[in-house]
Amino acid sequence: MEHYLSLFIRSVFVENLALAFFLGMCTFLAVSKKIETALGLGIAVVVVQAITVPANNLIYQYLLKEGALAWAGMPDVDLSFLGLISYIGVIAAMVQIIEMAMDKYTPALYNALGVFLPLITVNCAILGGTLFMVERDYNLAESAVYGVGSGFGWALAITAIAGIREKLKYSDVPDGLQGLGITFITTGLMALGFMAFSGIQL
Amino acid sequence: MASQAKKIILDPLIDNNPITLQVLGICSALAVTTSMTAALIMSIALTSVAAFSGAIISSIRKHIPSSIRIIVQMTVIASLVIIVDQLLKAYAFEASKQLSVFVGLIITNCIVLGRAEAYAMKNPPGMSFLDGLGNGLGYSLILMGVAFCRELIGTGKLFGQTIIPVANEGGWYVPNGLMLLPPSAFFIIGLMIWAIRSWKPQQVEEPDYQIHQVHRTEVL
Repeated sequence: MEHYLSLFIRSVFVENLALAFFLGMCTFLAVSKKIETALGLGIAVVVVQAITVPANNLIYQYLLKEGALAWAGMPDVDLSFLGLISYIGVIAAMVQIIEMAMDKYTPALYNALGVFLPLITVNCAILGGTLFMVERDYNLAESAVYGVGSGFGWALAITAIAGIREKLKYSDVPDGLQGLGITFITTGLMALGFMAFSGIQL
Repeated sequence: MASQAKKIILDPLIDNNPITLQVLGICSALAVTTSMTAALIMSIALTSVAAFSGAIISSIRKHIPSSIRIIVQMTVIASLVIIVDQLLKAYAFEASKQLSVFVGLIITNCIVLGRAEAYAMKNPPGMSFLDGLGNGLGYSLILMGVAFCRELIGTGKLFGQTIIPVANEGGWYVPNGLMLLPPSAFFIIGLMIWAIRSWKPQQVEEPDYQIHQVHRTEVL
């Protein structure tokens, strides 16, 4: 239990996908002008991440890893070079399925998140989460915790930057820094703040 | 024809840079810039993927049904990235370890998909190849610039060669460790955007909210 809690805290704060690894930056900068939309996108990322990371973990463990096909009588097969194309396929399919399921069963949530769901397929944070899971060789339970944690960390970061940007628009920014430039510098300062969490061991 | 091709390649370098103006492909731009070597390999990988995906997608553009075009584009791009990844693992194993997941993340790099969607779907293969090349070079320019600042100030080296003798090796320069940490990349890109926009004022964004109508001498 402690191990999972520590993994969760680490993936939210210490190894924050947006601020420590710069993943999902394009969406991070493009969709962070308002708190409501940022929060909506954040929730969508948590949901997708919580489903795709364990799903890709199963695919990696039972189909692609070296010797993973032993259950099918082919212990020498190593399909790990197919990893990238399978993961992106799973992510694209999952996003599509989640979109249809939400449309059918939770139309209110679908209307709130609708526009953001297709964007998520090309969000590097999702594919990045899966690739980190593969690189660190997590098992199924760990990857589920890591998926939720990293999604939550990303959501936290985008909501925080949206809060800052809402206030920032009333400040007197030099012309050349207006918009994108000042957002970069603010994100840098936030990353500096998040670095205070590094070294925390639970 | 020649002047058009030249324009397609040179335009994305400064005037329509994918990173500082189109806000594309920042995801991987920042993480690999602690050393010039890593940045150079990443630039080459991305430029070749962008150029070839442009050419391939554009040559099959009339056969792609529009409802499934994203997944077709993704498949083409993912296949190219797998080729690059395998090549790196075979011929530059150390570098591919250092880049870790970021080579795979070229798939979701918005520059590649963005140019495929915006340019390659509407233009012939040759032009799309050049467009991918140009945007890849624009990305590389920023990447190399950021990596130059970070490696030089952070470790006193360039491409692993000592340029400024560092204090704990008997030199005079005390390296700034912050430059090797994530936040510095944001600061450097922010400042680069400032520099480019001061040079090319037409890129400046309109403020959402003006405090005073006239509060500086240049605003008249």
